Formats: sequence, structure tokens, C-alpha cells
Amino acid sequence: MNDVLLEIKNLHAGIEGKEILKGVDLVVRRGEVHAVMGPNGAGKSTLGAVLAGRPDYKVTEGSVIYDGRDLLAMAPEERSWAGLFLSFQYPIEIPGVSITNFMKAAINARRKAQGLEELKPAEFLKLLKEKMAFVQMKGEFAKREVNVGFSGGEKKRNEIFQMAMLDPAFAILDETDSGLDVDALKIVADGVNALRTPEKSIMIITHYQKLLEYIQPDVVHVLKDGRIVKTAGRELADRIWAEGFESIND
Amino acid sequence: MDDLIKDLTRQEYKEGFVTEVEQEYVPKGLSEDIIRLISSKKQEPEWLLEFRLDAFRKWQKMPQPHWGHLKMPEIDFQDIIYWAAPKSDSDRPKEIDPEIEKTFEKLGIPLKEREALAGVVAFDAVFDSVSVGTTYRKALSEKGIIFCSFSEAVREYSDLVRKYLASVVPSGDNFYAALNSAVFSDGSFCYIPKGVKCPMELSSYFRINASGTGQFERTLIVADEGSQLSYMEGCTAPMRDENQLHAAVVEIVVEKDADVKYSTVQNWYPGDAEGRGGILNLVTKRGICKGSGSHLSWTQVETGSAITWKYPSTILKGDFSSSEFYSVALTNNYQQADTGTKMIHLGRGTRSRIVSKGISAGHSENSYRGLVRMNPGAAGARNFSQCDSLLIGSQCGAHTFPVIHNQCPTASVEHEATTSKISEDQLFYCNQRGIGPEEAVGLIVNGYAKEVLSRLPMEFAVEAQKLLSVSLEGAVG
Repeated sequence: MNDVLLEIKNLHAGIEGKEILKGVDLVVRRGEVHAVMGPNGAGKSTLGAVLAGRPDYKVTEGSVIYDGRDLLAMAPEERSWAGLFLSFQYPIEIPGVSITNFMKAAINARRKAQGLEELKPAEFLKLLKEKMAFVQMKGEFAKREVNVGFSGGEKKRNEIFQMAMLDPAFAILDETDSGLDVDALKIVADGVNALRTPEKSIMIITHYQKLLEYIQPDVVHVLKDGRIVKTAGRELADRIWAEGFESIND
Repeated sequence: MDDLIKDLTRQEYKEGFVTEVEQEYVPKGLSEDIIRLISSKKQEPEWLLEFRLDAFRKWQKMPQPHWGHLKMPEIDFQDIIYWAAPKSDSDRPKEIDPEIEKTFEKLGIPLKEREALAGVVAFDAVFDSVSVGTTYRKALSEKGIIFCSFSEAVREYSDLVRKYLASVVPSGDNFYAALNSAVFSDGSFCYIPKGVKCPMELSSYFRINASGTGQFERTLIVADEGSQLSYMEGCTAPMRDENQLHAAVVEIVVEKDADVKYSTVQNWYPGDAEGRGGILNLVTKRGICKGSGSHLSWTQVETGSAITWKYPSTILKGDFSSSEFYSVALTNNYQQADTGTKMIHLGRGTRSRIVSKGISAGHSENSYRGLVRMNPGAAGARNFSQCDSLLIGSQCGAHTFPVIHNQCPTASVEHEATTSKISEDQLFYCNQRGIGPEEAVGLIVNGYAKEVLSRLPMEFAVEAQKLLSVSLEGAVG
């Protein structure tokens, strides 16, 4: 098995004609946790959105190979079926749709794409309960409408819950730590750490290193003005914390 | 998004087949002679023929209404066949033609009874102009419940029919109700005696099969004091390039402390993606909460028909009577719907609630039209209305025409309205979780309509959910 899961080469992308990513190169191997850090407006969230296939972002140059496939040629749902998960910075409300039904639709859509039967209700319920306990959500949670009336912390926990349900091969966490108190941050970190296996990879997008105290990254990148300006081990995160992004240049 | 909309506007209508049976017809066109012929075919009493002729004379003087927000094609009322029925085998007139039985089976309507009564639904199945079978009549009659075709009711329970017919919708009420009163063919009749709780769901299923015909069914439901009933109605028709007329009248009488729930899943052929063909669904449905403490609840899921013109309404006459109208109306391609309700408050302390969810996709036009009227005697009466519109794509229209007449100082009326679109963000969020575009729209639309769908009887809710998704197939891209 090729140990490279994701290879981004010279990626240029933008929105509404404005270029935001200006030639990103990045390699993620299986089992690695990467942190992408950088100041506001550097293009961190754009990177996550482009990898997940958000339709309003347009790729103008470059390539992304994911698990040996041309990621940019795949529809968002196909990327999801291939194990790519994006934890949204601002999770979306879907009124009238319960978390249970949402997750059932998601899991069965993937199973259908993989030529599998739908999950039996009892099996689904077991999985649901297990993962809810994992993010410390009570029984009522599954009946709530997706993100409707959720606090900021609940929304983020819901993202981690969905991640646990879908058990992705590659999870992108876009500012999942922002707006969380310490307790919620721990739940999120536990969720991510539990996902860490030698086969699975994680990309944590953040602009401060609090979460990285709980999740030890293998590689840290600094993204500035649409380019990766520095790649190093976890000590880079500590340096950023001490000195700020200003001092980090090639 | 635009491609997605194109995809979702591609229509799939699995009920669009035609049943090959030998049918008999009355000659095309409408006249007193035709009405006499229909009446004689049904061996009706003189009073009913007089009722028809009187309605016909009223209808001839009435103009076709054009106040709906609808582009109505010209209807040539002389170019319609007003009565069509499968030829019955004269040796065995009681037996249902196996082809027709197969048709209803294919539509999920069982015409054979089961022995265990738990969870069953009693059906009256109407095929073009005649009822071809009514199930569980015997089991129901043991409780004193009458459930049969309208024609049989006229023969066997003439006094009851005569007492209540046109007591809620007078024959000259409106153009299409007058037309129906003149030519109505079959439909269902239901009477629940005092204090009886109907042990099963009752249902009418209307099927149009013959081409060039209209269907003019008449349903009359009477719930006597303290009784309870849940009634469901469904309908389908073959796919044809011509428009077919469906002008029905439903009347419901709810006596003191009685409780009636009337649910509709309307799935008439909607026409093709270019707007050719489809049923013109021009229907008058009205109930009266006659006695104090009576209750009538309307729930409708409207996904079919080229044109829907329909306002299930309640006259709240009894003191402290109450009524609800829960509606989901979905239009796609070139469908048009102008639908809503009237809540007429006459009695003291009466209550009504209106929840309308319109969904427009493709090039369709979807209007909510409602009247809430508080008469001077409606002391302390209350109404709450919520009208929501959901737009899918940028070529469709959503309109709201609420009218409020309040002549009572102690009555209160509240109206809320929202308009929203399915956002790219919602679609992308679903897609990211592996839910494809079409399924995502179905999920979001079902979520939007949940408050109404949850009111449907179990048997209907699942079907309605599927129907909402299927009707949007082809609306997104």
C-alpha cells in the first residue's frame, strides 16, 4: 500500500474570480496528523473547502491525488464515500431533519454507493448510541433537528459525532476548536485522538495552538497568503505560540 | 445548482399506466338529456334528478371563475364525456373485473379483505365514474357504521343522503360545485353513528382511467354526536397529453363533540416536464363543525395535477368547536397550484389553526389563498395561521393571498409567513456527508414539511414522504 494518502501539487483556487490559494504543495501520509496554521485570511478554510469540493470555489491550476484518485474530478458526495470528512467551521442548520434521519441517510447513501445493503435499524441504533456516548451527548440529541438551536459548542460536538459515525479515512477539521470552552475542547480532542490509527489521517486547520496541546500533530504547516511558507514538526506550533505568525517565513 | 434543478424537474410518475378494460360511456357533452341519462343509469329517485337539473340550470348562468393565480387552459365543457364505467358482466355484476382489481393492487389498494382487522384500512375504490368495491362493509356495519359508494347510499339510505346532501356545499356554491352537483357520478358515503369510534381508517381511492372523460365524484361524510373518524383519500391517473377535468365535492358534517380527521394525498398526473397534459383538479371541500365541541382536521399533501384549485374549509358553527388545516403543496415543472383554506368562525370560543407549506420548483407557480372570518358572534374565537414558502431554483413563483375579516372585537387572528430557498450551503453540507444532490433535496423538503407530514396517518405518511422526493426528482443539478 502506498503510504501517501493525499498529495496536493501547485494548487491554485479561489472564489468569485479572486485567487486565494496561490500554489499549495502538501503531502499527507497515512497515519499522520497535520496541523495547518496561519493568520486570518491566509486561505486555510479555502483549502478545506476545495478539498471537500465546495461548488463555489474554483480550482484554476494544480492537482490533488487522494488515495490514488484524482480528487478534483470527484463530486462532493463521492469524496465523502471515499472517506473524506470535513468538520465545518460553521455547521449548517437543516430544519425538520433529525440527527438520526440525517445520519441514516448519510450512512446508507455511502453503503449504497459501495454496493452494500442498508444498515439494519438495530445495527444503526447501536452505532448511534455508541458514538453519542463517545461525544457525551444525551439520548434527546438524536431527535434534535440538525444544528437547529444548537449552541456553538453543541454544533462542534455534532461535527465530531458525525465524524465518529462516518469513520473517515481522512478528516479535515476546520477551526473546530474556535469558540469552545476547555471541556468541549477535550471532548473534541478525545474524539480526534480516538480516530488516530496507522491507516487514518487528519488535517487540523486552526489559527491558535490550544487544540494542539491535546492533539499532538506529526507535521505543522504555516499557510500565509495562499502558500505554505513553512513545514516542520510539532515544535513549529510552539514557536508560533511564542513568536506569532509574523516571524514565520521561509 | 441550476443543473441540479434541471435534474429534479425530470418527472417520474409510476402510476401513469392505462388499464385495458371494456368501458361504456354516455355521449360526449353536457345537456339536460345527458343528466337524465346519467341519473337513469344510476336508477336514481326523482328528487335527485331534480337536484341535478336545478344545479345544471344554476351552472349555465354562472361564469367560470378566473380569480385564481392560474393560467387556466380553455375548457370546452361540451368536449368532455361525463360518465364512463367499466362494462359489468351482467351474469355476475357483483364481481370486480380482475383487470381492475390488478390495477388497484398495483396502486397499493387491496380490494380483498383480511381476516385480522388490526391495522387494516377499509377502501372504497372508484374507477372513472363508478365505485368498483368497498371493503370491510360488514365488519363496519356491526358497529352501525355505513361505508359504501355514493350510488348505493342513494338507493339504501336515501333519507340520510337527502338530509345532508348539499347541506354544506349548496348546489350553486360555485361554478365547479354546481357542475359537480349536476353530473356527479360516484364517490363515497360514510355515516358514523352516535358515540361510535370508527375502528379502522376509512379511505376513498379515485382512479381516472378512460381518456376524454372527467371525474366528478361526490363524497359525503356524517359524524354523529360524539363519534370519531379518520378518513383518507388518494388518487392517480394515467399519463396523457390531454388535460382531464376532475371536479369533486366533499362535504363533511361534524355533530356535537364528534371528531373527524380528513387526510388527502393528491397525486393526479401532473403533466410532463414541458407542461403538456395533466389533471385539472378543481375541487370544493368543506366541512361544518355543527355541534359544540366538534372538531375537524384537514391534512393535505398535494403533489400532483397540472392545476390545483382547492380550498378545504370549515364552518365553525358550534360553540367551542375547532378546526385545523395542514397543507403541503408541491409544484414542479409547469404545475400550478392555488390552494388554501377558509375558516369561518360563527360560534363562541371557536379555534382554528392553519399551517401551509408551499414548495415550488421548476417553472411552477404555487399560491396560498386563505380566508379567516370572525363573525360578530364569534366571541373569544382565535385563529393562528402560518404560511411558509420554499423555493427551489429561480424560475418558479410562490405567492400568498391571506384575507382576514374580523367583525368581532374579542376574536383574535394571528398570521405569520416566511419565504426561504434551499441554500447551496445546505446542499453542500448534505453532499459532504455522502448524501447526493437529489436525495439531499428530498431530505431538506421532507424536513421543511415535517410539521404537516407528522399529522398524516401512518399508512399515508411514508407514502407522502416518498412522493415529495419523487415529485422533485429531476428539480436540482
